[in-house]
Amino acid sequence: MNIALWMLDLALCGTLIWLACRMLITADLFKAIVLFMVFGVVMALAWARLDAPDIALAEAAIGAGLTGALFLSTLASLNKPVVQESRETLSKETGGGNG
Amino acid sequence: MGEATFRFCSVVVFATIVVLIVGALGAAILTLPTEASGLKTVVDGSLDRSGAKNPVTAVLLNFRGYDTMLELVVMLLAVIGARALTRGETYTPTGAEADDIDPLLHGFVRLITPVMIVVAGYLLWVGGHAPGGAFQAAAVLAGLGVLLQLSGFPWFRHLYGFAERSLLISGVVAFLAVGIGTMIGPRSFLQYPPALAKTLILLIEAVATVSIAAILLTLYNSGVLRFLEFTRGEMIEQKERPEGVRVEKDPAEPGAEASAP
Amino acid sequence: MTQPILYALAGAVMIGIGLFGAMSCAHVLRKMIGLNIMGAGTFLVLISLARRTPGPVPDPVPHAMVLTGIVVAVSATALALALLRRYYRETGRTQLEPAGDQA
Repeated sequence: MNIALWMLDLALCGTLIWLACRMLITADLFKAIVLFMVFGVVMALAWARLDAPDIALAEAAIGAGLTGALFLSTLASLNKPVVQESRETLSKETGGGNG
Repeated sequence: MGEATFRFCSVVVFATIVVLIVGALGAAILTLPTEASGLKTVVDGSLDRSGAKNPVTAVLLNFRGYDTMLELVVMLLAVIGARALTRGETYTPTGAEADDIDPLLHGFVRLITPVMIVVAGYLLWVGGHAPGGAFQAAAVLAGLGVLLQLSGFPWFRHLYGFAERSLLISGVVAFLAVGIGTMIGPRSFLQYPPALAKTLILLIEAVATVSIAAILLTLYNSGVLRFLEFTRGEMIEQKERPEGVRVEKDPAEPGAEASAP
Repeated sequence: MTQPILYALAGAVMIGIGLFGAMSCAHVLRKMIGLNIMGAGTFLVLISLARRTPGPVPDPVPHAMVLTGIVVAVSATALALALLRRYYRETGRTQLEPAGDQA
């Protein structure tokens, strides 16, 4: 029993470090963000292993889900071409609209 | 000194810094005692007077309640910053109309929405005596909000202006109200009377859950919580243009987005 | 070496990986990923040091700190990504300095 838990702990730590390395090396940004979401879920497993269930819940929802969605949304807007607009419309819009 | 030499030297310098920091941290960790109880005995001594049986909730909302309130303020600062940066961007997806939505996704989202709301409510309630709490419930609600948005349900079309802003600040307002309320009498700011502690914690958590969910959803939209039109499709960025104002587009720019609908 | 110390050392290594990525990657999105890895490593160190209690229940104070930290980290990431979007809208670049423009 003890050796099995040790194997699990070593596997989790190794997976986390391997995922962290792969995330920063891979050339495709979409792949890096998907690896980041996987990293968040494996992190939730590590929290569960360290007797931290509240943090496991929060990490699975916020760390993997929301941050991953944030990154993907930004990546989508970074892949679109930039529209060059004239400067006068920029000053006209600052007076209009509520918050 | 060429470009490649500069890159190589900078990588070597970064690697040295990182190895030094990790080495110092690892050495510090290895010199710590393998058994240390920390503040656990202190928390356990006061747990029955705190109003929550879950020690993490007790620490978060009673013993360190001031830190939690300031954390909500920090999230509001992030919202202010994000709104200031993306002012003028409206989320107007083009593509299929809302009626043309994928029926499987439509049915699934209609099925899963009440389930997720119940799960969030359960997490909020059970946080008092078991793992759970306001932040986890708020994360589930924020995930639900992102799912609804990506599936094309325009439920927050009417939420703008004062209603939206009061929703965002309601967490901090609840904390401040309870804190100032407890200052009546010989108590100080956010020092709950032990008889009312459970009720006050639940009240703050309930308001904070909705507020944090709204803040997280606003951060996901980078400051735009209201949507002028909402249909399923791709997100395009366009500024709000008053009627009759010409926009000069750079003719050399390929793939310039379409003008306002 | 006990279980908490193993996780703490893994957290220290992740801090190093995240720091190296944040410093040396050119694309700002990758810098943000590196910073998030660094944050996750820091939380791992904190929680594993909280696990060193003699009994089965860990120390709850670092748990509350890390819960606050996760939420603040996601807020800071969202603000940084909004900055990146605005920077890209203004200049059309996703790297802080154009390559080959070392003054």
